[in-house]
Amino acid sequence: MSISREEVTYVANLARLTFDEAGTDRMADELGAVLDYVATLNELDTTGIKPTEHILNVQNVYRDDVVGESLTNQVALANAPDAEAGCFKVPRVLE
Amino acid sequence: MDITRLTIHETNDALKKGEVTFEEVTRAYADRIDALDDNLKAYLLKNREKALEAARTMDKSGVKGDKAPLAGIPYALKDNMCSEGLTTTCASKILANFVPPYNADVYDRLIAEGGILLGKANMDEFAMGSSTENSAYQTTHNPWDTSKVPGGSSGGSAVAVAADMACYALGSDTGGSIRQPASLCGVVGMKPTYGLVSRYGLVAFASSLDQIGPFTKDVEDCALVMNAITGHDAKDSTSLDVAKKDYTRTLKDGVKGMKIGIGRSFSGEGVQPEVQKAMDDAAAILKDNGAQIVDVDFHYLDQALAAYYIIACAEASSNLARYDGVRYGVRADEYTDYIDMYFKTRTQGFGPEVKRRIMLGTYALSSGYYDAYYKKAMQVRTMIVEDFNQVFADCDLMLTPTAAKTAFGIGEKIGNPLDMYLSDLFTVPVNIAGIPAVSIPGGLDQAGMPIGLQLMGPILTEDRILQTAYTLEQAIGFRANQPKCK
Amino acid sequence: MDYDIVIGMEIHAELATKTKIFCSCSTAFGADENTHTCPVCLGMPGVLPVLNKKVVEYATKAGLALNCHIANFSKMDRKNYFYPDLPKAYQTSQFDLPICTGGTVDIEVGGETKHIGITRIHIEEDAGKLLHESADGTLVDVNRCGVPLIEIVTEPDLRGAEEARVFAEKVRNTLEYTGVSDCKMEEGSIRFDVNLSVKEKGSDVLGTRTEMKNLNSFRALQRAIQYESKRQIIELKKGHRIIQETRKWDDVKGVSSSMRSKEEAQDYRYFPEPDLVPIIITDEEIAKSKAELPELPEAKRARYVSEYGLPEYDAGVLTASKVTAKYFEDTVALYNEPKQISNWLMVDIPAHLKEKELSMETIPFGPDALAELLKMVKDDTISGKIGKSVLEKMFESGDRPKAIVEANNWAQMSDSSELMGIIEKIVDDNPKSVEDIAAGNKKAYGFLTGQVMKATKGQANPQLANKIIREVVGKKING
Repeated sequence: MSISREEVTYVANLARLTFDEAGTDRMADELGAVLDYVATLNELDTTGIKPTEHILNVQNVYRDDVVGESLTNQVALANAPDAEAGCFKVPRVLE
Repeated sequence: MDITRLTIHETNDALKKGEVTFEEVTRAYADRIDALDDNLKAYLLKNREKALEAARTMDKSGVKGDKAPLAGIPYALKDNMCSEGLTTTCASKILANFVPPYNADVYDRLIAEGGILLGKANMDEFAMGSSTENSAYQTTHNPWDTSKVPGGSSGGSAVAVAADMACYALGSDTGGSIRQPASLCGVVGMKPTYGLVSRYGLVAFASSLDQIGPFTKDVEDCALVMNAITGHDAKDSTSLDVAKKDYTRTLKDGVKGMKIGIGRSFSGEGVQPEVQKAMDDAAAILKDNGAQIVDVDFHYLDQALAAYYIIACAEASSNLARYDGVRYGVRADEYTDYIDMYFKTRTQGFGPEVKRRIMLGTYALSSGYYDAYYKKAMQVRTMIVEDFNQVFADCDLMLTPTAAKTAFGIGEKIGNPLDMYLSDLFTVPVNIAGIPAVSIPGGLDQAGMPIGLQLMGPILTEDRILQTAYTLEQAIGFRANQPKCK
Repeated sequence: MDYDIVIGMEIHAELATKTKIFCSCSTAFGADENTHTCPVCLGMPGVLPVLNKKVVEYATKAGLALNCHIANFSKMDRKNYFYPDLPKAYQTSQFDLPICTGGTVDIEVGGETKHIGITRIHIEEDAGKLLHESADGTLVDVNRCGVPLIEIVTEPDLRGAEEARVFAEKVRNTLEYTGVSDCKMEEGSIRFDVNLSVKEKGSDVLGTRTEMKNLNSFRALQRAIQYESKRQIIELKKGHRIIQETRKWDDVKGVSSSMRSKEEAQDYRYFPEPDLVPIIITDEEIAKSKAELPELPEAKRARYVSEYGLPEYDAGVLTASKVTAKYFEDTVALYNEPKQISNWLMVDIPAHLKEKELSMETIPFGPDALAELLKMVKDDTISGKIGKSVLEKMFESGDRPKAIVEANNWAQMSDSSELMGIIEKIVDDNPKSVEDIAAGNKKAYGFLTGQVMKATKGQANPQLANKIIREVVGKKING
């Protein structure tokens, strides 16, 4: 199965990853090889089979609407690569 | 007494009898780490001083429950389990400096048991791999032959236990990442039923497949650790709310009357001859002990692996999207604007295997492909669950090799992703179905490398699995073997 | 060439739960930046969501109030995209199996009833806030991440700015009544997005639509629709095509403009949320929620007309706000004069509230005080005019009306004998007036009434005074 360069670029964009030309080609090959293998799925007739979204038979798991402790501003920002005025800071976002 | 050679239950005995102090136990392991780990590279973070201090405190002031099975027993945590105040990197550059302000639920439980954390164990980056060669920091070496891989992704945890650099360890298993390294390193490794152990604080790879489980020196130890880490957690919506079991209770009850299934598709030309022999020997042992061996089969080995890669990578592509350098982790140094910051941070921060899987997963979920890949994989998942139901209608448990071959050389498969993925062929179906399985050492091959035997059962049958594993283990007597660690 | 305007709306309402949708951080408005966060809503590694039970309850009630079908089985999904205000880089929402589907809201436009279809209502989480105060970057406040939202999507059944406004007001009003959201546009707890296209009259073919978001007042909503529909028609008449895009509405300049081009149509890669389990709601639970709904505005309006005999107009004004309606009903319960109470609640009280920048939530006296005041007016203890003065003092001091009247000695003089004395003196002092009246000039009565009012500082009961004046004058004339 072959994936085109354009498809690789489209997917990389969605995933916020950059590949140079050689990297794009390599990714196209590697993904293609895996997708070839994955094509074995098509050997099975799955008409009318319900997809398994949850392996457990669990439903309605809830919590009560009771306020708990939040982190302090200091702890929340402790791992921040950049912070200012009690907030996380990123390059200017134009909206 | 060679303290580091002892199992958990043997150590606990010695502690109860006053033959050793808590500090002596921790020091023995910490010293052994200092002696061996520069060579084996199982640990990313060593917690020596804090561990010794904790042990000393237990000796001095005594701690409630300090005669409990895991009290004072030193262990390692795979570095994808959050430990408050200690870096948790998932062996990735992108989390090099991440210090969580919270603990994984399992870590809280082990703290409550009085456990002593020796350090955080190396792994394949974000748990993606079968050899621990995908770690961004170091490659861990198999202690039985240091030119070989320990397996993955929980390679560090497996080696820590195999080389007696920890009395036990926790790892995570998404497609075999506990069982396969356990097999390659000659230790016991278990993946519990999905939902039996809380995933809170386990950095997510594939949410519907991930489970935390123990690496131990023997089956009895495995039962002890399972007792400590299983149980409902309200912080995890997928956590099972079932009555807690004592896995030691029926451990020594034997296998009389049990039906053990052996599947044809788990044998054949792909399986190393010594591995097949270990399987045949194991079947004979079980028969001698009163079990019945039945022919069963599981029909979807290839499709299970294919479905696994689609489901796991799709979920991973979403789970790893949060690593963007905004709120934590490492951010790229240079970028032109905020969008470029995302691209640079992620491209520089993730290794090649992680990128490969993110790309595959993103592709499978992308517009136009969802039905063909993700939906299809989820339908195949239903068929796999059904197939196991049908297998377990005919037997209590299934016995298979954990891996078709023993450990391969470092560098041997890293250039061929698909070949690497095939190492998980026998372990993956278990995760797809959410059922429990254990790997125990079944012997050594001609080159002296460990062989692993896998026992799997229907959901919530960990007790029967361990009971059977115990019988096998006693007969095989693998503990007499010891790795050279060179 | 005539054109129809076709509008659909997406309405986001913040649910008034105490805690966020997936963690127990507080949702309280106005906290310092990043003080209502935890590892879960910060999207830290390894954390997991747990669904707030109240969110399901509130979403169910919202759906019932808008006449929707409530799904017995619904689930959560992930909507994947990158933005600095989205910590997990996916929004946990509902894709193919939302909690509510197929509802209607009736509106009255131009004397006719129109049925506006509600396609679906689903549960989702809000994103954080981006602040642009830094000199060289953008700041991210995560407090709002994880606040529970319902998103209400309508069919493209609206046909103009007026309809859209009436519809939006009704939805806001109805939701406010259910209590599931405080629906404050100015605080952003309810937001209206408009999808607008135009089509040739009589045609079935829908045009390309544009989207306008975050219209933060009903006025802005109306103006934006008027402008954008005109713009699209002009473009089409020029032979241009309409570009499908999100446009920014500038309420100050009164124009919509194309937003900085975002990437091509987003590929959200929806898939079922593996960390959350399905939501099963039984028919019994739905019936229970329905029974717990308070009387909704439409039913209340009808009841005000039938039970209290109020005109439609009054009923409409009073029920426009849940708080006003309650205040009204509480006052009527103490003092059964609905029309009188209505008049004061529609005119006098709002004037004071506006002037003093208060609202019915912060009015400094309760229904019991209002009842006390109105009773005094009705039974002539004070005149209507004095009553308005008392009201003003009630706003200033919050004192009880009886106390205010006493303190200022404003009680109407209704004692006949006391009035008699005063009036007799005035009539004696004004013989010319008596002569004028005797001569047939009734206007002179007015002068005498004025004198009586002056002498009593406006406190004489006018009707009684007039009665006595006529008596006294009559006696004088007839000897």
